[in-house]
Amino acid sequence: MSNGTPTMHSDNLLEIDMLRVTFRLGQNERFEALKGVSFNIPRNNVVALVGESGSGKSVSAMAIMDLLPRTNTEIDAHSRLVFEGRDLLQMGERERRQLCGKDISMIFQDAMTSLNPVYKVGDQIVEILRLHKAISRRDAKLRAIELLREVGIPDPEDRIDSFPHQMSGGQQQRVMIAMAIACEPKLLIADEPTTALDVTIQKQIVELLLKLRETHGMSVLFITHDLELVREIADHVVVMYRGEIKEQGSAVQIFSAPADPYTRALLACRPSIDRRPMRLPVVEDFLQGRENDLPKGERSRGVSPADPIVLEVKDLRKTFRMRQGLFGHRDVDAVKAVSFKLAKGKTLGIVGESGSGKTTLGKTLLRLYSCEGGEVMFEGKDLMGLTDKEFQPYKRRLQIIFQNPYASLNPRFTVGDILLEPMRIHGIGANDTERVAMAQALLKRVDMPEGAFHKYPHEFSGGQRQRISIARALTMKPEILVCDESVSALDVSVQAQVLNLLQELQEEFGLSYLFISHDLSVVKYISDEVLVMHHGEMVEYGNADELYRNPQHAYTRKLLSAIPGHRA
Amino acid sequence: MAEKNQSKGFWRAAGKRLWENPLAKVCIVILLLYFGLALASALGWVASDWGREVGVSYANPSFMANRDNPQGANSAKVNATVAIDAESRAIDPLAPYYDQIDAGAKQYEATQAPLKWSLPLGGDKWGRDVLAKVIKGGEVSITVGVLAALLAVTIGTALGAIGGYFGRAIGDVLEWFYSIFTAVPYFLLVLAISGALNTRGITTVIVVLGLTGWTGVYRLVRAEYIKQRSREYVEAANAIGASHMRMMFGHILPNVSHLTLVQLSQLVIDFIKAEVVLSFLGFGVPTSSISWGVMINEVMVELILGKWWQLGTVAIVMSTFVVAFGLFTDLLRDALDPKASRR
Repeated sequence: MSNGTPTMHSDNLLEIDMLRVTFRLGQNERFEALKGVSFNIPRNNVVALVGESGSGKSVSAMAIMDLLPRTNTEIDAHSRLVFEGRDLLQMGERERRQLCGKDISMIFQDAMTSLNPVYKVGDQIVEILRLHKAISRRDAKLRAIELLREVGIPDPEDRIDSFPHQMSGGQQQRVMIAMAIACEPKLLIADEPTTALDVTIQKQIVELLLKLRETHGMSVLFITHDLELVREIADHVVVMYRGEIKEQGSAVQIFSAPADPYTRALLACRPSIDRRPMRLPVVEDFLQGRENDLPKGERSRGVSPADPIVLEVKDLRKTFRMRQGLFGHRDVDAVKAVSFKLAKGKTLGIVGESGSGKTTLGKTLLRLYSCEGGEVMFEGKDLMGLTDKEFQPYKRRLQIIFQNPYASLNPRFTVGDILLEPMRIHGIGANDTERVAMAQALLKRVDMPEGAFHKYPHEFSGGQRQRISIARALTMKPEILVCDESVSALDVSVQAQVLNLLQELQEEFGLSYLFISHDLSVVKYISDEVLVMHHGEMVEYGNADELYRNPQHAYTRKLLSAIPGHRA
Repeated sequence: MAEKNQSKGFWRAAGKRLWENPLAKVCIVILLLYFGLALASALGWVASDWGREVGVSYANPSFMANRDNPQGANSAKVNATVAIDAESRAIDPLAPYYDQIDAGAKQYEATQAPLKWSLPLGGDKWGRDVLAKVIKGGEVSITVGVLAALLAVTIGTALGAIGGYFGRAIGDVLEWFYSIFTAVPYFLLVLAISGALNTRGITTVIVVLGLTGWTGVYRLVRAEYIKQRSREYVEAANAIGASHMRMMFGHILPNVSHLTLVQLSQLVIDFIKAEVVLSFLGFGVPTSSISWGVMINEVMVELILGKWWQLGTVAIVMSTFVVAFGLFTDLLRDALDPKASRR
């Protein structure tokens, strides 16, 4: 792959050569996280490290930053990390600590947890400056204000005294970036810096990083799972899969002529805004050389007035009451007057950024939250007007699949218990033998491996857990399924598999979906109709194709133009 | 391979982690020994005759049998025959029965083993065997500790679950109750409850300790329920139509039970120590029965005479148990929460 002998006077800022990292897990258990990885980061360049979870992209970054736990990590003796002609792995611990934060710095995915909540953001920047530079407190503060201005925080003179929680997610990430560039690093490592952010904020952060690279002449190692984002930012791309590099090259080459089937798979299995294949290709199609026999043809979507309506929502309102002071309270409108109709066997996509009320809307419909007004008509009955007891038989028919497959399954229950419980509660199946048979059949239907019935959720991957959630919902034979960000936490390739499964199940059982997501491409792919929410209000609602082609509302247009890789 | 495919539940995995630790193995063996002895004593297999006078007063421990023991010599004297002359015989109304009495005394001496001058771990003032006492006392102390801890954890968990799960008015009422309860000084509360029960016995001690010791468990379980009830798996259980009881005890309880288990073993230690203090102060088990606390209460007088073995025995036996149980609790917590112990 790369030339094995790095030279002193190369243009490369960092040369990574045969990096091999092994973790000791138990007494005899070992896990090889990086199996000999080599790539270079040239000066003043953006190198993107792309891969799914478990590919080793974050481990690479942590190895460079010396953040791997020393007690159970083994770095192979032949590995070399040559930074400006010096091998980082040969340096002493002190020397490396000096280098990290000054010449190499890093920003993390979750800015909220990376900032110390009890210190003002200004003090946190000042601390870094004074750690690495001989600078007075006053000068450091002035420099901190300058940095905050540079990363685009409005009124930096005032905001320097803010605490992290007083800032939005995007602003917190900006503060993290300000801290990272405080000492003018030569290399900035950005580990999924925008994954937790909304699309419009993501766009701003990416633009900021590109601008900073220009002005400071630094290199950026950009770690992400999102290839479309890479297209916007990177000069070089390194594609990783299970601790190995599958392909590396210039961004132009990777996107125009990807050589490795895995790269092609990553590019293909992400739903795109302008195509809607009958079935999304998955990674296996590519790795097993089936990429040329994928079903051709596009799926057409949309709702016609003749379609029967299963659920009609009129003027739904949800207010959260926040405590304020000792006795006072303040009402926050999470959902304001939302109305829509859900057609049988169709999908209504609900999009919006965080805080738009889309999840609240979904949970209020299922009466997981109380509602403060409006009607939800189902079979001629207003679900919101029923007592808890009257609503109980309807619970079975309206089900939900949650966002986080790690949190929504009880960790102390076996998969069998998880599936049998709803059937027992609702008296589905004559006896347990029958129920077990039904549960086994459903597990098979959602492509779970044989023997999953007696295992616990932690033994499965995220995608498999989401399949278990889907199977749990299906045990009750629901008519309406609310998918609350159900594929957002999954890797791109797994996302495609779950979306395909949802599509098949809709056709098989005639399910109606309420598909809640912040991901506009996924919503476009799966939805017949789309409802756009912003600050609890419904700003636009219509057939998906029409809405994406010709958005009426300014906010919808802004959202659409922020999609990575989308040219408006 | 078959071994690997075997699915491991949370408890089995935790048990395996615990057993892999050599220190935990030592603790478990020690604890099993103690619980085994307590059980054997409860069934009357050992130490059932702890109250019998088997040695002279303050009999020496057998490893220092030749030590001077004037108190023992004194107590032995009681059994020495007194010479009775004809004069006293003339006025003694019991004189006609002398033969009978002598025969009875002979028979007694024949069946009754002579008092020993040394016992394995020494004797107390009344010549009782300290080894038997410490075993019997262990039975009582461990029973009190375990049962009182079970009672306290049950009360604390139930109230904490209700308060944390429902919150709002119910939660507030329980919080107020808790605050008032903890505002009363501990010994006043103990006195009040044992006064209200108006009997002295092991059951009373268990009830007193259980009714006063639930507060810590309540606070912990309540906090954990507040945290867990907004978790998605509880919301998922609500969505499939599970009842409140099911969500509280079927879904959330298994996810907090590891905390209550650690609390339980912590409380066992606390209550064994509390029983000692209570017995020392005279609110504990009645003097007709024996516990580690009663034994410690007895040693005050002995120490002045230089008879240290009862205190030594009960201190070593009790601290071994408490240390082993405490270490076991720590290791159990680590095994139940592997992330917390990893550095």
